[in-house]
Amino acid sequence: MTSTNYDPRILKAPHPVPGAPDNWKRFFSFNTDAKVIGIQYIATSLFFLLVGGLLAMIVRGELITPPADLVDPSVYNGLYTMHGTVMLFLFLFPILNGFNNLLIPTMIGAPDMAFPKLNAAAFWLVPVFATVLMGSFFAPGGPASSGWWSYPPMSLQNPLGHFINGEFLWILAVALSGISSIMGAVNFVTTIIRMRAPGMGFFKMPVYVWTAWAAQTIQLVGLPALTGGAVMLLFDLSFGTSFFRPEGGGDPVLFQHFFWFYSHPAVYVLVLPVFGIFSELFPVYARKPLFGYRFVALASFGITFLSLIVWAHHMFYTGTPNWMRHIFMFTTMLIAVPTGVKVFAWLGTLWQGNLRLNTPMLFCLGGLFNFIFAGITGVMLATVPIDIHVGNTYFVVAHFHYVIFNTIAFGVFAGIYHWFPKFTGRMYYEGLGKVHFALTFIGATLNWLPLHWAGLLGMPRRVASYDPEFAIWNVIASIGAFMLGVASIPFILNMVSSWARGPQAPPNPWRAIGLEWLLPSPPPAENFEDDIPTVISEPYGYGLGHPLVEDEEFYVRRSQEA
Amino acid sequence: MTTTAPKNGPNIGAILIISIAVAINLVIAKLMATWSYSWFPPQASSAAAYVDDLFALETGIGSFIFFGCTGVMGWVLLFNRAGKYDESDGAPIEGNTKLEIIWTIIPLVTVFAIAAYTMNVNMKLQTLGPKHKYAIGSDPTTLVSVDPSADIGPIDVIARQWSWEFVYPSGVRSSELHLPIDQRVNLRLISEDVLHSFYVPAFRLKQDIIPGSIISYSLTPTKEGRFRLRDAMFSGAYFSQNQTDVIVESEQTYDGWLKATAKQPLRPGLDPGRPLYDRRLSRGDKGWATVPPAPAPMVNDPGDPSLPHDA
Repeated sequence: MTSTNYDPRILKAPHPVPGAPDNWKRFFSFNTDAKVIGIQYIATSLFFLLVGGLLAMIVRGELITPPADLVDPSVYNGLYTMHGTVMLFLFLFPILNGFNNLLIPTMIGAPDMAFPKLNAAAFWLVPVFATVLMGSFFAPGGPASSGWWSYPPMSLQNPLGHFINGEFLWILAVALSGISSIMGAVNFVTTIIRMRAPGMGFFKMPVYVWTAWAAQTIQLVGLPALTGGAVMLLFDLSFGTSFFRPEGGGDPVLFQHFFWFYSHPAVYVLVLPVFGIFSELFPVYARKPLFGYRFVALASFGITFLSLIVWAHHMFYTGTPNWMRHIFMFTTMLIAVPTGVKVFAWLGTLWQGNLRLNTPMLFCLGGLFNFIFAGITGVMLATVPIDIHVGNTYFVVAHFHYVIFNTIAFGVFAGIYHWFPKFTGRMYYEGLGKVHFALTFIGATLNWLPLHWAGLLGMPRRVASYDPEFAIWNVIASIGAFMLGVASIPFILNMVSSWARGPQAPPNPWRAIGLEWLLPSPPPAENFEDDIPTVISEPYGYGLGHPLVEDEEFYVRRSQEA
Repeated sequence: MTTTAPKNGPNIGAILIISIAVAINLVIAKLMATWSYSWFPPQASSAAAYVDDLFALETGIGSFIFFGCTGVMGWVLLFNRAGKYDESDGAPIEGNTKLEIIWTIIPLVTVFAIAAYTMNVNMKLQTLGPKHKYAIGSDPTTLVSVDPSADIGPIDVIARQWSWEFVYPSGVRSSELHLPIDQRVNLRLISEDVLHSFYVPAFRLKQDIIPGSIISYSLTPTKEGRFRLRDAMFSGAYFSQNQTDVIVESEQTYDGWLKATAKQPLRPGLDPGRPLYDRRLSRGDKGWATVPPAPAPMVNDPGDPSLPHDA
């Protein structure tokens, strides 16, 4: 992008303008360019990954010995609550919205999002609720400390009686996060439905776009339930109502329904785009078409549908009657079918491929390996009698970290490395990337694999202290956790130094097929501007020898000349 | 890898390799299933064997799937890696509808089979009785129909922030739960503050305790010993201290304990959060806010938490 003769007024323009200069200031402004917003999201969430990781390391530091000796138990409870909240609402949701911003418009050939201002407003809510949440550390009595579930009546106990308390700020932050997510979801879904390039029917869309669409649909359906529950909780906490207070005739279990109706599908909001990343990357680095593209694409909506009817599997031991347990066991196990379709399709994609093991591919393979494991423990947890034993123990903690970190965060790292050259215009350093992968894979395995056994032996989750028989598993886990902390060093080093002075990236360093790879690196403000290509093939045509778009040479040439 | 086979005939080499791999995988799956029994505490209730058997079954099936899938990954990593300057494409296979239908149907049938089998097992466990709501402050114990199939009980289990109290039909109060072996016991689970959970890992049983509801719950201990009872639903600052022991003993010992304990005067029972709360106060009440622990329950037998537990 050359910044020769531009009108200085365009610096103040509320929308992206072709020819606008590349400057660092745009990342700190109310910029409406989806690619700027994407990087804003990703940078913000990586910062909060460090915050959440630091909290996790204090938690693991406490748990390296059986007694509660590092911090007061009340402090421990606040730390693990904030760890979970930060990781979900300030790391994973925003970083995947960052990917959506970078990838959806470029992958479907749109100049920007459907509602650029709404998009920027959705992002700028993130620092707002981040400030609220971080501010709660300084609230009288400390931050919320009833777990990220915030189950009443525990969460309604307000020992100091202040109106402004940690729990109050926590609910406020979660509600704001929900508003931000709904604003994002409206935008992404509209963009995907309305702004695809000519010729790009639904069955010519990349799978990432399918999964983002399926995930954002969950946000639209599920978030109102959580927001409603949060508002009732806020009223119970601050205004004396009794929706969930048993002494006023309320039912604490009702909140669990509101909470899990959204918060179980929320896991699929996070994991679906990662399935999308796997589906994009395996074909590129195996040099093969995605096996069963249509099945994989459609399975995303199978997961969306099923994810909305499984929530009570979190409540098998709350006194739910047997008929209800059985229905939810069935629906939960059924999710193994569409996810199995995807896993087998990825294995089919790898089969007889020509594998190139660079950092993004290593993270994808590691993530897939871990996800297969997590899927199996997931079916175990759906089995009612097993769940009654291991539910609310470290088995669950181990299982969901295998999903949330060992699969989702692995996919996120794979995506960051894969699209880094495209959106920064620089290549990252492969050696540092591989060190990052090795430390992450070993650290994550040490951290969460042993905890399955602690859970099977009956160690409850959320404890600040435990009986000595669980010590061995916890020592290994803590070592793994500190290793993950160390793993962030090569990652940060790589990102910062590569972006600052990495080698210039060509438009298509991975020889990948996709509209985003027909753009210059980094893409100009309005992507294809007036020359939007006409899509003529299904994606992932590796080895098939037919072009993706009409007049492909023109776009390739143009991207190289930019 | 790409063995050239005649077009109209089975590829003997491939079939052989796949058969050997499947056979090895089956052996590993069986070994994993057998090994999985050692991952649990001892089986101390009539439910435990069912849970462990189900878990072993799923460990076996799961291991077969896990090692099958990761075996494929290992194979391609060994044999399908591109050379350093190899920029060629892989085999341009776009899919295989027959295969895709097979790998949709097989998991579908498998999970249906597991779920149906589990339903069957779950019907046999029959631990959970009716749940009645009551107004906090009124006496919940007047409400509940007792489990007619139980030999012992109802014993009231009262969970608090952060202590346990057990009230026997004879009026005996204890901080530890004494139960006779091989008799079905009916419990009534009560909480007056927040959610708690009655969890005995050796029994493989867990039931949340919900304030404002009284829950009838029955179980049969099958092994003598001293087992940990842990609160498994997060209940605030000293949640992790909220543990006590279940003592399963012979019927004579149990009867003897009941008689002897009835003669004991009431005194403060186990109050495991208290020492930490006192430590906190002595250090100037530093830390983040917490409600104070509920007063120690007044019991005939305060128990002895220093005795070693079996699981």
